[in-house]
Amino acid sequence: MAEHRFIPSGLRARLTQPQMLLTIGALVIAAALPFAVKNFVLFQLTLAMVYGIAILGLNLLTGFNGQFSLGHSAFFALGAYTAAIMMDRFGIAYYWTLPAAGVACLVFGFLFGLPALRLQGIYLALATFSLGVATPQILKSGPLEAWTGGVQGIVILKPDAPFGLPLSSDQWLYYLTLAVVVLMFCCAANLINSRTGRAIVAIRDNPIAARAMGIDISRYKSLTFGVSAFYTGVAGALGAIVIQFVAPDSFTFAFAIALFVGLVVGGVGSIPGALFGGLFVLFVPNIAEHVSKGLAGAVYGVILILVIYLMPSGAAGLVELIVGKLVRKTARQN
Amino acid sequence: MELLLHQIFAGLSTGGIYALMALAIVMIYQAIDQLNFAQGEMAMFSTFISWQILQWGLPYWPTFFLTVAISFAGGVAIERIVFKPLKRAPVLSHLIVFIALFAIFNSGAGFIWDYTIKSFPTPFGTKPLFGNSLISSHDAGMIAVTLLLLVLLFLFFRHTRVGLAMRATAANPESARLVGIRVDWMVALGWGMAAAIGAVAGMMIAPVVFLEPNMMLSILLYGFAGAVVGGLTSPIGAVIGGFLVGVIENLAGTFIPYVGRELKLTIALALIVAVLTVRPSGLFGNVVVTRV
Amino acid sequence: MNKVLLCARKLCAFYGQTRVLHGLDFDIAEGGITAFLGANGAGKTSTLRALSGMIDVTGEIVFDGRPVAGHATEKLARLRIAHVPESRGTFSRMTVEENLQLGAMSRNDRAGIAGDIERIYGYFPKLRERARQQAGTLSGGEQQMLAIGRALMMRPRLMLLDEPSFGLAPLIVEEVYGILHRLNRDEGVSMLLVEQNATAALAIADQAFLIETGEIVMSGPARDIGRDDKLRRAYLGY
Repeated sequence: MAEHRFIPSGLRARLTQPQMLLTIGALVIAAALPFAVKNFVLFQLTLAMVYGIAILGLNLLTGFNGQFSLGHSAFFALGAYTAAIMMDRFGIAYYWTLPAAGVACLVFGFLFGLPALRLQGIYLALATFSLGVATPQILKSGPLEAWTGGVQGIVILKPDAPFGLPLSSDQWLYYLTLAVVVLMFCCAANLINSRTGRAIVAIRDNPIAARAMGIDISRYKSLTFGVSAFYTGVAGALGAIVIQFVAPDSFTFAFAIALFVGLVVGGVGSIPGALFGGLFVLFVPNIAEHVSKGLAGAVYGVILILVIYLMPSGAAGLVELIVGKLVRKTARQN
Repeated sequence: MELLLHQIFAGLSTGGIYALMALAIVMIYQAIDQLNFAQGEMAMFSTFISWQILQWGLPYWPTFFLTVAISFAGGVAIERIVFKPLKRAPVLSHLIVFIALFAIFNSGAGFIWDYTIKSFPTPFGTKPLFGNSLISSHDAGMIAVTLLLLVLLFLFFRHTRVGLAMRATAANPESARLVGIRVDWMVALGWGMAAAIGAVAGMMIAPVVFLEPNMMLSILLYGFAGAVVGGLTSPIGAVIGGFLVGVIENLAGTFIPYVGRELKLTIALALIVAVLTVRPSGLFGNVVVTRV
Repeated sequence: MNKVLLCARKLCAFYGQTRVLHGLDFDIAEGGITAFLGANGAGKTSTLRALSGMIDVTGEIVFDGRPVAGHATEKLARLRIAHVPESRGTFSRMTVEENLQLGAMSRNDRAGIAGDIERIYGYFPKLRERARQQAGTLSGGEQQMLAIGRALMMRPRLMLLDEPSFGLAPLIVEEVYGILHRLNRDEGVSMLLVEQNATAALAIADQAFLIETGEIVMSGPARDIGRDDKLRRAYLGY
């Protein structure tokens, strides 16, 4: 594939003051939202956050480590089904399903990452795409039907707020998801800013030089695959709980493509961008349908192209561009 | 034994479809160093256009060539118009545009011609070839068209100046510029040719799978499988890969238990991954050696 | 010598936001050999890339009387500026003969092209031997000759050569430079030569410029430059 050029990943060890203020402000608003919006909108926002976590997982692999994946829907599905089976078949409480789904995907992702080591660029994209395509078929297949419920899928009960808190289920799930988002995004930022993170990015930028510096490429690449799958798996489990339903056709390759779109639109190599990607993935197809029922797909496609023209480095790239211009303007004024 | 022979020929028939698709995919890969995920939808759209022209009364072969010409022009136009602002954008942005094109063509076809299944004529007749039970006239005709295309492409690339210029552009665009080749137009030409081949593929495939907006989805995947197995740098490899995928998919579906209709595609894809792990550049592809 | 073939005024060149050439002014005479000398990273290759439209420039470049700054590489090639890059730019999977034919891409005269290929085999008999071989299998020196041959196929008004001696054994360097000298003397091909190997370049050049960190610090007839202390200091630091 032609040379990959990603947006500059702001690898700053600490958030600058204005960034700190922005983040805190955003968190305050996010915490207040459940009391200001309807349940359905809350449900949508929760789902957007879930997708954001999944996209962050993809970002770790593709954005920061340069390994293409067009099959992350497989990990999302694995996480979702792990949660569903644990809750429905074994009666385990929903909060245990998150780490379980994560670990299951960590292992599976690491294992898949091993043969993937031999594949580069477009070939890896194809292999992962194959995984994404195969997933619904495997989920529907005969031998697994007892566990997966076949084409019908599995229905789960929506959890109530714990400790008798005066929150509706939707509000509780929103806060739970928000907490998971904050936790996982912080972990991701810490990972990227650590030595391991720098090794991961070095492998993306110049694998030969990285190897020459003594970085064990195979180990880090498989590791990143595993961690990336972990994130998306946790998202899948959360998604299953929020939607209360898993079925094979919810996890087609179209979903894998949607995650990829969310990644690029949010900003490759940008951690906060993943949230924007999640919002995009959730809302834009709806908007397209509103514009024209019969041509929904075409409208979506046109929107995509416009977004890419106007923001070739995603939303995060645009923000950086604007901030950069503002900074230069204030510097000149001083 | 009889069954095996039958299945092999059935596999070759479907393989012919995949081979044609694989050829279009490799064609564009040579031009732009990327896989065009919208290739199948473009082929489908071209086939709808030809269907429409047939509805308006034009006979088959004039329609065929007119559609090929329109598709060629369309391919060139897409490259010059849609991809022009993306000259300096990162590779991933290009992928998004492919996805967008996919959505636009798929939705557009459904909107214009609706989703009911339509039949599409074949110029070769539907009876079995010379009365034998192994392969139909249409399937044999399709394989013949594929081979003819291969020969034409070979002659074009090896024996014409434009073909040489295109090969040079694909091999080393910077050096191509240095000798005065208008690289942008070579890329556009590659797109046009891929679109034209896609149109041929669509018109050959439609009589078998019937014409509807989603007809190319799995075929595109099989085409990718064939192209990758054969080697993305080799048109001949792509065609052989396509045939291989067809035969193996059929044999696996018939002789391996548990592999019903759902898992046939998975088998094809497992095949891709297996080949890639052993020979990352495909069976006939060129191994790229990077000098440090 | 004669009239000015190419003149550059206030030429600046950029890699993205970084400026690497800071306002160069120079004239290249027609029919002569001009050498650009300097240490590694001085800006010699960037100058050629600027003249070839491969990087962003500001300022003026006038070639054969027409302004060409900012033109695309292929347009300049069609104006018969033949750039032989540092890496030689050979099409390694194509045969030697195909490489030469590619040099003639912007020409239409079939007989002339065939004749030129013969002439180039005359200059480089080794290439004739390997005509059907893949260019990537040739030795370093042979690839350099192939690159020069391909440039010649363009019937260039001006040849830009980036470090022709790079990576070649001294004997081969002599051979290559001998051929360049002959080409200039017998066929009148104007050349702009960029070299770290000052001795080889100055031996055949008429005019020379010394570049240091993107600026021209010295210019004049080749033999004067060769004797100047500044040159030694630029290269060796004392």
